[in-house]
Amino acid sequence: MNLFVCLKLVPDTVEELTVAGDDKSLDSEFLRFKLNDPDEHALEQALLLKERHGGKVTVAALDAPEVDDALYPALAKGADRAVKLVGDLANAQGFATAKLFAAFVRPEGQSLPADTLILLGGQAIDDLEGEIGPYLAEWLGLPYACVVTSVKPEGNGVTVTKEFAGGLRGEFSLPLPAVLGIQSAEKPPRYVAVAKIRAVMKSAKIETVAVTPPDSLARFPVARMYKPEVAGRAQMLEGAPADVTEKVVELLAKNSLI
Amino acid sequence: MDPVKISVLGLPGVGWLWLLAFLAFGIFGWRVYQLVGLLRRGRYEDRFDQIGRRVRHFLEHVLLQPRLFNERSIGLPHFLIFWGFVLYAACFNWALVRGLFPMLPVPYPDEVKVVALFLEIFSVLVLISLGVAVARRVFFAPPHLHLSWDANFILALIGLLMLSTLFGSAFRIQSGDAQASAWAPFGSMLAPAFSGVSGKVARGWAEAMWWLHMATVLFFLVYLPYSKHLHLLASPFNTFFSNAPIRPLGDLTIPGGKDDVAAGASRWEELTWKQLLSGFSCAECGRCDRACPAASAGYPLLPQQIVQKIKDHIVHVGLKQSPGGNGTPKLIGDVITEGELWACTTCLACMDRCAVWNEQVPLIVMLRRHLVSQGQVDRTVQDMLASLNRYGNSFGKSDRMRAKWVQTSGLKIKDARKEPVECLWFVGDYAAYDPRCEDITKKMAMVFAQAGLDFGLLYEAERNSGNDVRRVGEEGLFEMLRDKNLDAFGKVQWKNGQKLIVTTDPHSYNTLKNEYKFEGDGLSAAQAGVVVKHYTELLDELIQAGRLPLKKKLTGRVTYHDPCYLGRYNDVYDPPRRVLAALGAQLVEMPRTRHLSFCCGAGGGRIWMEDTPGIKERPSESRIREAVALDDVPTFVVACPKDITMFRDAVKTTGNEGKIVVKDIAELVAEAME
Amino acid sequence: MANAILILAEQLRGQLSDITFEMLGAGRKLADALEAPLYAALLGSEAAPLASNLGLADKVFVADNPQLNLAPAHTVAGAVKSLMEQTQAGLVLIGGTNVSMGIGTVLSARTNLPFVNYCRSIRVDNGAVVLTSQLFGGKILADVRLREGKGLVSVSPGAFRADAGRSDKTPPVEKVDVPVEASKVSFKKYIEPETGDVDITKQNILVAVGRGIQTQDNVQLAEELAQVLGGAVCASRPVIDQGWLPLSCQVGKSGMTVKPRFYLALGVSGAPEHWEGMQGSQLIIAINTDPKAPIFDGAHYGVCGDALEYLPLLIEKVKARKG
Repeated sequence: MNLFVCLKLVPDTVEELTVAGDDKSLDSEFLRFKLNDPDEHALEQALLLKERHGGKVTVAALDAPEVDDALYPALAKGADRAVKLVGDLANAQGFATAKLFAAFVRPEGQSLPADTLILLGGQAIDDLEGEIGPYLAEWLGLPYACVVTSVKPEGNGVTVTKEFAGGLRGEFSLPLPAVLGIQSAEKPPRYVAVAKIRAVMKSAKIETVAVTPPDSLARFPVARMYKPEVAGRAQMLEGAPADVTEKVVELLAKNSLI
Repeated sequence: MDPVKISVLGLPGVGWLWLLAFLAFGIFGWRVYQLVGLLRRGRYEDRFDQIGRRVRHFLEHVLLQPRLFNERSIGLPHFLIFWGFVLYAACFNWALVRGLFPMLPVPYPDEVKVVALFLEIFSVLVLISLGVAVARRVFFAPPHLHLSWDANFILALIGLLMLSTLFGSAFRIQSGDAQASAWAPFGSMLAPAFSGVSGKVARGWAEAMWWLHMATVLFFLVYLPYSKHLHLLASPFNTFFSNAPIRPLGDLTIPGGKDDVAAGASRWEELTWKQLLSGFSCAECGRCDRACPAASAGYPLLPQQIVQKIKDHIVHVGLKQSPGGNGTPKLIGDVITEGELWACTTCLACMDRCAVWNEQVPLIVMLRRHLVSQGQVDRTVQDMLASLNRYGNSFGKSDRMRAKWVQTSGLKIKDARKEPVECLWFVGDYAAYDPRCEDITKKMAMVFAQAGLDFGLLYEAERNSGNDVRRVGEEGLFEMLRDKNLDAFGKVQWKNGQKLIVTTDPHSYNTLKNEYKFEGDGLSAAQAGVVVKHYTELLDELIQAGRLPLKKKLTGRVTYHDPCYLGRYNDVYDPPRRVLAALGAQLVEMPRTRHLSFCCGAGGGRIWMEDTPGIKERPSESRIREAVALDDVPTFVVACPKDITMFRDAVKTTGNEGKIVVKDIAELVAEAME
Repeated sequence: MANAILILAEQLRGQLSDITFEMLGAGRKLADALEAPLYAALLGSEAAPLASNLGLADKVFVADNPQLNLAPAHTVAGAVKSLMEQTQAGLVLIGGTNVSMGIGTVLSARTNLPFVNYCRSIRVDNGAVVLTSQLFGGKILADVRLREGKGLVSVSPGAFRADAGRSDKTPPVEKVDVPVEASKVSFKKYIEPETGDVDITKQNILVAVGRGIQTQDNVQLAEELAQVLGGAVCASRPVIDQGWLPLSCQVGKSGMTVKPRFYLALGVSGAPEHWEGMQGSQLIIAINTDPKAPIFDGAHYGVCGDALEYLPLLIEKVKARKG
């Protein structure tokens, strides 16, 4: 199988996020980035498919701060190729990012091998303009399924499981080539030892491909970015555990729950 | 009487002796050659340095074997059996040479009065010792003592050797070839029992006893390398090659090991020769299992089993004609399970007790390294390692939050990266990030401040020291954390020429002191002039120098728990006790005190792992029960932040709230300073 | 007259989702403020019979086409685009759910209108439509002004109230023809959720466990408490992923939506995907060691502490109180 995984980095919410002086973007002073969690699952699913059914995994990401920290581990985990798309791409949003990925996956004039499957995280915490997957599928003219939690090749295509709600799931089949938005991989993302990553940093290279960014990196401007008011905060119950437990029991009694 | 001058089936005795000796030594030699061959297929490790120290260690522990005496019932018996063996082996060789070369103008050993006396005395001492050993095995066998037919057989053989000597002496006296005298006290006592036997028959029996003895020894020689008695041969070497007298126990670096050692061992050939030697040296006594906190809690780990299973594996697999292939059991997975490997807390109790100086902990870590390199770690451990990699702490919090506790401590604490300090306080993850320990950390800061200590922190530049990361087997991550910390240390300007680092946590203490290489030259802390102290050592010094204004005495009975990484690993037992004494506390020791201290169960990364279901009693719970069983001791004193979390939980889960309270030494010092 | 507002009604297995009513309620207010017509769209033969429930809409458009049932996002987007053209709708509201995911994005690519995700509130400011979206797991809010009031909006479940969208009125219904691209994604079958013994959506009292419960053994303690209280256990995704409780206990975006009288959140951080599933609970008490956990922003009462410490205490005291 010819597998592509499109990765993106998102702000790390472990840090306190603050808004920059312009009130339209995040303050970059202590901002750190990490690999979008569903993308990590997409990579894991791709590696599982490669292990089970053979093929090649190409990982691609837009150049961004800390992107190497996502690409080298991908190589160490078993990806065959890691590509960084470079250019004037700061703060590219979903629409523009998807266009760049589309151009990379299928360069001008070329056609996609029939057994191509493109995987990426189904959503991300900074997808204000929407998820990348549907855009990518639209421009490549490929079938798309999202909220996917399992992928099995079947015949000339794949059968996937999609999560609806309430624990209900559905099975869908798509022909290849196709794009999948992964919710979670069939197994949790694997661990790769630091020593392996370091070895890969010495032995393998991240390819860079220069790209021309589309005219606008964002579809619409943000009028204002701000932190939510912490209105309606819970009333905290203080005291020694035994006392607090009493208070809780009182609340339950008052509400006729016990 | 010359036993070799007899003739059996037409062949003179000496001919038989040559034949038997040739066979026995041949088979023995061949087997030893095979086993040594296995060792040579292991990885290289440099255990040939500092020969002088090694010789001294060898002499002390092989000849005097003090560790055997850590279990009183068997200490003396084994000592006697050992020295009896030494004597008998020497005499056997003497007798053999004399027997093989009858023309030599040399008497047999038992023809020399003094030698015969010693032989007889030892034969009785050994028989008594064997009796004790058998009784111990049969009636009061300690748990995990491997009660094998092998062991019983060996005891029987030794018994046979002793009896053949005594009976031989008795028959010689009875036959008239020897005299009853004080030089053959027991033979003389025994001889009258055969008064009804004629002189010629007695001589025949005496010769038979000689041949029985020689044949038994030769048989023993052949049997030895196939039995647990191999420890006889292997353990002196094991003791000689032990690193205990050479390097700190808390240093897991494999000397002379190449870079690939970081990936651990997945096959037996990837273990070092010294690790392979452990299997041959193991005497199956079970001391390590009896000491292991994981084993007593009901985890699948038994250190003795790890060593034994490896031995069985290499003997079966390694000696096959066509090694490898699909049927070969996997070292990790088939022979040793992952559950066993992850259960270890690295507390070092096993190595503290082992009488043959096996190194079980580095062996377990070596196998863990392989699991890590394959990504085969629990989800929770993975998350921890990812957090340590990304944020430098195991709490999943931003590195910028590390020194947040300072803001609410009421103190202004220097940033050691920017201002010169006398002392760098390496706070550690738990003391900085765990809300349950925050209070104690602030108290410690206050104590330092009031002592006029000129100290500073690394603030956000501090990273987890890496001690437990290394013990989990993530060598690459350990190196990364170490390098980052070393970078930060490089920015510190120490006053007064002394580079002093004080740590809260014994785990950080261990790795900073023993495993960090300073000044880019691979110098150890000591070599680079970096002094690493645990805060109890520093408090002890400050109190002795009169720098701590202790305003009141803390009366009351307390008990003190020696942290593994402070006590067993680094021999720091007295400074905390002196501090407690200076505070006026009345120290009541638990039975498992000092080097016998029972691990809280957090080490080796276990604090990051889930409890395996079905364990009987957590190590921390066992320890709290031990403390509660003391007479009227309401305070359990610890000197490690992880101990605080583990034991405070255990007090609750054992239902002992109200009976005993867990306090850190820093809290007690702060109390005494109020 | 301003452009029409179109609500893409969502249904699953013949049942209208709550998000449909949430959007209707919000849409009605918006339409009234903008003096624009409010339309609702039901796509698919499975959806068609549900039109009479959408009373708040000025008109319901039905595309009674079996190929639109469980169709992929691209196919649905094609149908909606045509409907937009037919109804002159400039603002489309789509559910921010698993079922409707992707439709807005594709529609944005095809119509060149902006698609705004994670929208939690919509207001009219001087005639302009302003959306507020939450990003980064709810930690940051972003306001977006729609040019000419046109755009495609993904509405976060729970941001608006479903009861504000229900009505007894019967709306006028019009059948429409929309092009349906032959879809290459075909639905094969449903995979039913594992039948747990308990239907958590019907419980009055739920004891929820999250990551902070730490081990599988502790889940049993939570079950004991639930039993003592006369309720049931449920969990956030991390606990379900570990396999400590069946999928039927999952509360959240991909799991159940519950509205019990009492929801006790133990060691649950309160991430938006989980919050979505239980925000309608009448009394929410949360216990978490992290004072900054998002759950405390929405819970009624909070305790900063270790849930494991409180579990035995709660079991004891509730038993005592119940006698």
